[in-house]
Amino acid sequence: MMHPTPPLSSAMTEQPLLELDNLRVNFHTPTGIVRAVRGLSFTLGRERLGIVGESGSGKSMTGRAILDLIPPPGEVLADRMVYRGQDLLTMDRRSRRKLRGRHISMVMQDPKFSLNPVQTVGSQIAEAYRVHHKASAREAKERSLGMLEAVQIREPARVYDLYPHEVSGGMGQRVMIAMMLIAEPDILIADEPTSALDVTVQLQVLKILDDLVTSRGMGLIFISHDLHLVQSFCDRVIVMYGGKAMETLPAAELADESARARRHPYTLGLLGCLPDLDHPKAKLATLERDPAWLA
Amino acid sequence: MTTWTEYLTTDSPQSRRQARLGQLYRQWLAFRRNRLAVIGLGIVVALLLVAAFAPLIAPFDPLAQNLDRRLMPPSAVNWFGTDSLGRDIFSRIVHGARVTLVIVIMVVIMVGPVGLLIGATSGYLGGWVDRALMRVTDIFLAFPRLVLALAFVAALGPGLENAVIAIAITAWPPYARVARAETLIIRQQDYIAAVRLQGASQWRIVWKHVVPLCLPSLIVRTTLDMAGIILTAAGLGFLGLGAQPPIPEWGAMISAGREQIFDQWWVATFPGVAICIVALGFNLLGDGLRDVMDAR
Amino acid sequence: MTVAETSRRSGAFRDRASRWGGLIGRELSTVAITMFGLLLITFLIARVVPIDPVLAVVGDNARPDVYDAARAELGLDKPLWQQFAIYVGKVFTGDLGTSVLTAQKVTDDIKRVFPATLELATLGTLIGVVLGVPLGVLAAVYQGRWPDQLARILGLFGYSIPVFWLGLMGLLLFYAKLGWVGGPGRIGVAWQDFVTPVTGVILLDAAMQGEWDAFWDAFSHLVLPSAVLGLFSLAYISRMARSFMIAELQQQYVIAARVKGMSEFRVIWRHALRNALVPLITVVALSYAQLLEGSVLTETIFAWPGLGRYITNSLLNADMNAVLGGTLVVGAVFIGVNLFSDILGRLVDPRTR
Repeated sequence: MMHPTPPLSSAMTEQPLLELDNLRVNFHTPTGIVRAVRGLSFTLGRERLGIVGESGSGKSMTGRAILDLIPPPGEVLADRMVYRGQDLLTMDRRSRRKLRGRHISMVMQDPKFSLNPVQTVGSQIAEAYRVHHKASAREAKERSLGMLEAVQIREPARVYDLYPHEVSGGMGQRVMIAMMLIAEPDILIADEPTSALDVTVQLQVLKILDDLVTSRGMGLIFISHDLHLVQSFCDRVIVMYGGKAMETLPAAELADESARARRHPYTLGLLGCLPDLDHPKAKLATLERDPAWLA
Repeated sequence: MTTWTEYLTTDSPQSRRQARLGQLYRQWLAFRRNRLAVIGLGIVVALLLVAAFAPLIAPFDPLAQNLDRRLMPPSAVNWFGTDSLGRDIFSRIVHGARVTLVIVIMVVIMVGPVGLLIGATSGYLGGWVDRALMRVTDIFLAFPRLVLALAFVAALGPGLENAVIAIAITAWPPYARVARAETLIIRQQDYIAAVRLQGASQWRIVWKHVVPLCLPSLIVRTTLDMAGIILTAAGLGFLGLGAQPPIPEWGAMISAGREQIFDQWWVATFPGVAICIVALGFNLLGDGLRDVMDAR
Repeated sequence: MTVAETSRRSGAFRDRASRWGGLIGRELSTVAITMFGLLLITFLIARVVPIDPVLAVVGDNARPDVYDAARAELGLDKPLWQQFAIYVGKVFTGDLGTSVLTAQKVTDDIKRVFPATLELATLGTLIGVVLGVPLGVLAAVYQGRWPDQLARILGLFGYSIPVFWLGLMGLLLFYAKLGWVGGPGRIGVAWQDFVTPVTGVILLDAAMQGEWDAFWDAFSHLVLPSAVLGLFSLAYISRMARSFMIAELQQQYVIAARVKGMSEFRVIWRHALRNALVPLITVVALSYAQLLEGSVLTETIFAWPGLGRYITNSLLNADMNAVLGGTLVVGAVFIGVNLFSDILGRLVDPRTR
């Protein structure tokens, strides 16, 4: 819809950005172990990868696990977790932190809560730059203004000095994108980046995100519950349920009626419970879940 | 034994009483898991027992002077030593438990209902009544409690009763605040609307439905406040404005030992330890009760 | 700047100014009402006192006509509300009556003793803030571990120990047994005449006059009472700081700061604490006011010539003018500190600025 899909071959020939094999996230609670992610594997190149699922399917936990941001009592296990040839599993926490923001970054759901309320938005962006680059305050400010411009904010100098409560949701999310991209990471995880926004600004923010990701040749992990959005926005899609990948498929195939027979029943269920204006249904299907899928 | 446990833990109680007892039992189980809270309960129970059986526990008459045995250090006879009039300090502390208990109970009896009524009325009626009552509450809250109590005692004259009155006058506002906050929540509930639709009077709704539901928070608040009341009472006693001699009040006893603090340390030390332990007991108990009863 | 922009800016400025105007108006009316309540209470207390103020003037054996004349002179024959109006008028002109004990104006007495209390309470609060805030933060970060336990124990003891008893025990241990600190009083007798009171705050006066020996002596007297008060302030502040920080650390912006790659140190001490500071200001102000009150008992123990001891001394001598004057001043300081913290809190929080 927004961009032609880059040829898959070029994304796959070079070294992958991220390789995950059998990722597991467990929480040890007094009532037993909660398995949020149970053996997820994928490889990310310079592409747009969507992860869809209902709430509680472990999609957000996957993003957090990659960033080493699972709070205790959670634990992250994997057979393989490699960022551009660097093994994340054996890396110490300090080095993992240095990767955050600079190499792997994340845009979160609601700008209202994910921006520090007592700091101007500009200083929060500049701060993100100065964590990773030796730069004077002035240089960081200039960079930040440039970044605000890049996310299509019209008066960057004015917005720079505003506090988060003084900007609208759409502008807040663009600020968030500026903040998370200013250190020029290779991978951006977008965790429901537009779910908290008004429908009218959702597409606008998505377009900005897409432009930046594509022009900079980044890898994007787009986490969402919205199948339509993922389908039109991503190259590949992972459908998750109960912490497991039900299937991975090219986004184009989701809409392909002729490929229906090859789809996983859960994916079909997700597709089936969406209303369709062109083919109105009297009753939307209830999503069916089979415990056997998790075996 | 098993039948009792079954009776209490059943999922389908047969009577209202069984349901109520069952809930109490479950709260008790939760409370019992908190070790510090159990210690607090132990201290408070011990205070009650000591106060009840003071004459049996104390080896000497708390008022009996023995000028030959003045300021004796702690020994096998006088466990905590003797004061400047030769009175046994241990016996005085044991009897002092009664004084402390009387003060605390009197203050709570005066403050609890007043705070509850003002808070519940204010929260339930709302409007100008609420604004006026809360303004008065704020005025009292804005004042230094001890200094205000001092001023009241100064006006009324020193003595146990006046100290209690002075503490009560300065202690009610937080209770009213808690009761009001609870009432504001309860007022929104659907079943209150249902009671109103059945034609119950305002007074009946406040008294029969709102007040009982405020009680748990108020009990927690009261328990936590006990320590503060004990400390304020001891402070007034220390300044000579509370219980008058020869009543064995702990604060006054510390004051009496002040002169000899550097030479006969025990006179002022032991009553202070008693205050600390009792206040600690109420604080621990209050914390535990809050965790169990005040889930909000 | 274009015309449109200029007008928009001045519009925004006007909005902000009028919002502040309304705010200050509301705050002032609150202060006025509270002040009125305070005056009413002290006035009523003075009326309740069983001591007849007329007899205090004319003596017990005065003839009835002399008594009545004195009564009229004191304004006691007027209706109660008129008496109250006169009282309020007097208070606002700085007339709190004359102290029976010192035979001086209560206002002058308070001016003389108040700096000593201020010195004590300020240092106590300083100790509470400097130690309490970091302890509370650490307790929140390491929940259930030793800083948390320490904060919990300090909190429990702070709410369970009588301040006057702790002061006595401190004197017994650190002054009598160990000799680490100065004893009761504000400064040793030997140094008493070396420092001329200018500000009334003895440390400042000594420092300004270059009397460093006197300064250190005064300091050694100040350490223990302010540490005792500081402990209570510490207990309260660390407990509140802990709960505010726990709430802040669960916020999304904290995760966002971590995503940016900020060090945990900066996340905690810069991002989260900066937010917890907003409610903490109120707590610190409250604690400061409570210390003024705590000084009533502490000053008695340490023979500290401040407002607290002035009030208690007057109390024991039934010197009602002095007691009520002192009460009024402490109450007014309470109100002032509350107002100050409200305004400061709004300044620190951009959302209410």
